[in-house]
Amino acid sequence: MSNEVKTYRKPLRIDPEFKNLVLKMPGGETLKICFQCGTCTSSCPIAQIIDTYRPNQLMRLAQFGLKDKVLSSKTIWLCAACATCVDRCPQGVEMASVLRVLKNLAVKEGCVPRVFKDFGSAILKTGFVYNIPKTRTKKREDAGLPPLSKTKIEDIKKLAEKTGFIDTIKGEESDDRQ
Amino acid sequence: MTDNKYAFFIGCLIPYRELAYEISARRIAKKLGIKLITMPDANCCGLPIDPVNHEMSIALAARNLCIAEDMGLNIITLCNGCFATLTKTNKQLKKDRELRQRVNKYLADISLEFKGSIEVKHFIEILAEDVGIEKLSELVTKPFNDLKVAEHYGCHFLRPHKYLETENPENPTVLTKLIELTGATVVDYLDESECCGGTVLGIDPNIPLSLARDKLKNIKEAGAEAIITICPNCHMIYDLNQPRIEKTFSETYGLPVLHYPQLLGLAMGITPEELALDELRVKADKVLSRLVEEIKVKH
Ligand code: SF4
Ligand code: SF4
Repeated sequence: MSNEVKTYRKPLRIDPEFKNLVLKMPGGETLKICFQCGTCTSSCPIAQIIDTYRPNQLMRLAQFGLKDKVLSSKTIWLCAACATCVDRCPQGVEMASVLRVLKNLAVKEGCVPRVFKDFGSAILKTGFVYNIPKTRTKKREDAGLPPLSKTKIEDIKKLAEKTGFIDTIKGEESDDRQ
Repeated sequence: MTDNKYAFFIGCLIPYRELAYEISARRIAKKLGIKLITMPDANCCGLPIDPVNHEMSIALAARNLCIAEDMGLNIITLCNGCFATLTKTNKQLKKDRELRQRVNKYLADISLEFKGSIEVKHFIEILAEDVGIEKLSELVTKPFNDLKVAEHYGCHFLRPHKYLETENPENPTVLTKLIELTGATVVDYLDESECCGGTVLGIDPNIPLSLARDKLKNIKEAGAEAIITICPNCHMIYDLNQPRIEKTFSETYGLPVLHYPQLLGLAMGITPEELALDELRVKADKVLSRLVEEIKVKH
């Protein structure tokens, strides 16, 4: 058939409430004032080396309510939170915080890159994201450094319950490595 | 608040991989009479998990702040990431009542309450502001001669400026002054303020490696012989990973990366051993060869 109509594999779904959801979350408030000048993207170290990473486009997609497209996007995880764009945005958009809100929301949709699960379980075990191996603690002693403090893990577990962190790291794992 | 006494927040990366930073900073602190008191029972600063759960991230930061409040001491930290997270959380909790109430509700469960009685400082700020450039200059007995270095502040010491309120992030000067007092010269290079990318190492290691390669290249082209950092994350990317970058891109850089306290310590006549120079992946012999003989007149 020559006059075949091209269709998208997946229709783009618009969620008119999505923008409001982001605006309501702490750190998401400035999404609405982005006017697409592109200063963020031209300042961004990640955008310089990854062609598909365009933070201003992520703002637009979120404003338009393209929830699934934004939240399942691998690129939201590439932000290094360096905040160069935050300091340079003429509108005062707190890009790093808005992107963090989007990532926090993606987590609720079941998308958690592996590294955060590792961090999470380490925090619940030791209070920190790295387990300090015995060889290191020995090295500390040899260098005459005072011992590291021990974290009261019950405290950390309680905070993890209260903030929902327990569920964050429990859910399905999604590997976002490219 | 007792002068010269601080609650020392070490964080995780320093004891895990960057011991030399702690060793050299403690040596400088001892020389200057700054007391670093270990924070009992501290936890992760909160930064690493902010992308997945902001509430837990601020709860962790706030718990650390409360521990220091109980000690009655301001926090001092060596890591830019810890510095940014603890500073931002501290300032926001002081300013925003709604946030404070929310966080205090989490903390009530573990019998803590954020009161807002302390401040967070980076070791570099203590050196430059509390001790002062002049006093430090007087303690330099073995200055460097004809040593060109590149400085790297690291994003989280400066940005976002709105929350950290340290220095103009587009044109910072504090590290420059601190380096120059050792006799070394700071050279300008292309894209100086570019991020090390350390925070996305776990998502895609190629990103920080590519960024670091650009940085090493630009620094080499500018004629610098060493890099000076003030953050364990940046240091890990440029020093620990330098051989990997050289291998990946089939290039050689051989650029030693010193923690600022190491550079300062050497200029103060402290031995390389005491400053754990041998811990560096890229050896710093060239830097050591630029130290002039001890000046005996100064004390
Ligand atoms: S710099 Fe600010 S206003 Fe401009 S596109 Fe980026 S976020 Fe939007
Ligand atoms: S904060 Fe994120 S989006 Fe902004 S410049 Fe840095 S890496 Fe790019």
